[in-house]
Amino acid sequence: MSEASQQPIRTRHARWVRLAHWVGTASFITLAFTGFVILMAHPRLYWGAVGNDLTPALIELPISRNYKHGGWVESTPFFQNGASPVSANRTYDIFNKNGWGRSLHFLAAWFLVFTGAVYLLAGVFTGHFWRHIVPRPKELGPQLWFDVLNHVRMRIRTATGGPHYGLLQKCTYFVVVFIVFPLIVVTGLAMSPAITASYPILLRIFGGFQSARTIHFFAFAVLILFLVAHVLMIIKSGFKRQMRAMTIGQNDEN
Amino acid sequence: MKTNHLITRREALITGLASVGGLLLSGCSKKLPPTYGNILRMGDTFTYAAHQVLLPGESLVKEYTHGDISSFPATGTTNPGDPNTQFFSEPYRQLQKGSFADWRLSVEGLVSRPGTYSLSDLKRFPARTQITRHVCEEGWTAIAEWTGVPLSRVLEAVGILPTARFVQFYSYDQWADGIDMFDAMHPQTLLTYGMNGRDLSVPHGAPLRLRVERQMGYKSMKYLNRIVVKNEFDDGGMQGNIQNGWAWYVGI
Repeated sequence: MSEASQQPIRTRHARWVRLAHWVGTASFITLAFTGFVILMAHPRLYWGAVGNDLTPALIELPISRNYKHGGWVESTPFFQNGASPVSANRTYDIFNKNGWGRSLHFLAAWFLVFTGAVYLLAGVFTGHFWRHIVPRPKELGPQLWFDVLNHVRMRIRTATGGPHYGLLQKCTYFVVVFIVFPLIVVTGLAMSPAITASYPILLRIFGGFQSARTIHFFAFAVLILFLVAHVLMIIKSGFKRQMRAMTIGQNDEN
Repeated sequence: MKTNHLITRREALITGLASVGGLLLSGCSKKLPPTYGNILRMGDTFTYAAHQVLLPGESLVKEYTHGDISSFPATGTTNPGDPNTQFFSEPYRQLQKGSFADWRLSVEGLVSRPGTYSLSDLKRFPARTQITRHVCEEGWTAIAEWTGVPLSRVLEAVGILPTARFVQFYSYDQWADGIDMFDAMHPQTLLTYGMNGRDLSVPHGAPLRLRVERQMGYKSMKYLNRIVVKNEFDDGGMQGNIQNGWAWYVGI
């Protein structure tokens, strides 16, 4: 690790970084896929504590046959007053693959959480985050703007095959590692009835189960966008070299 | 320096795997749900073990106010007395005709005083009313007020034996499911006969449904007819969750 400071331009991805990268990738893709399957069972998003087919949705996603299915009978009010909440029976055979979808989602989540925890600890204690990921305040002005413009114009530098990332690249990794991934994990925990019984603060932070679920979905959307942009940049900056660097840890000069 | 890191990591991995192995091995004494060699069930069992170790067992779920009560979909079986449905039960139809006056709950197994209870017997126990959030595995939620007798009261009345580990429930819509003693003795685990100030309606599980508030909605079984206290884990066979591809523990 100490060689890095003497030789700042060409370094290799550390073994623990490569391992965390691929275990994290496999977990994330599994989580994204099963998460989408789970969402297909009830493709409606809400805000607050409560949301179901008998209450108004914030967003309805046109995925799976459950979108606006309308198979409800015997709507009966619970109370005498006019604005009473109601009960209604579902008559519609919905799409629901949550049996394996949920179990695989949580299995992959364990891998993500363990790998993420090791990665975060190692990143702090080896100085990897401070040296390679955390952008400096003085970089966040015109320099960043210039780098954004370069990316928009698809002027992508050839990869160095290791850390010492570009400025926009550093900022993106910073947001993904320290904001979006923690957010998606914590909003996931906020949907657990057992965990929120012990830690009700999770519900207070996000304003309720359904708010947490909605934020969980948008964090997923951000991470999918990141994945697409990340793969695009890998291709533009030299796919073969980047893959070699992130798998066997080799770059052109060593 | 690099070598040192590697050894530390390897040691950490071995220690971690050993402790995971320890958790899973205790499945041999049937205190944990079996995995049947299925990797998804291994994940479910690991989640269950982790929750048992990491979460304080006494926590109550959030209780809401009367104004928070929401509309509530009735899903799954909505009337076992309807001959045109998959889980039709002729005995249930007969009981429904008599407004459940002849309905009895049988409580048996590892108890010193097995017995049957009518609805009015259950209503003579001290009641608990709670306004809680129902979470469906599909992703929707609803809030309702539930009135019933805490399961712990009934278990005390029948005198569970010291070897008791699990409580198994059977329903008129041919479902079998169980909970562990932590959930069974939890103050918010109710045998519920009232919903939103009225008798429990047929779509929501009349005459008696379970409420297990620290787990997903499907653990709160409707249309109960029998409770069996056991010393071993029972997956309920083809009437239970696991063999239908669903997790037995769903605190998450």
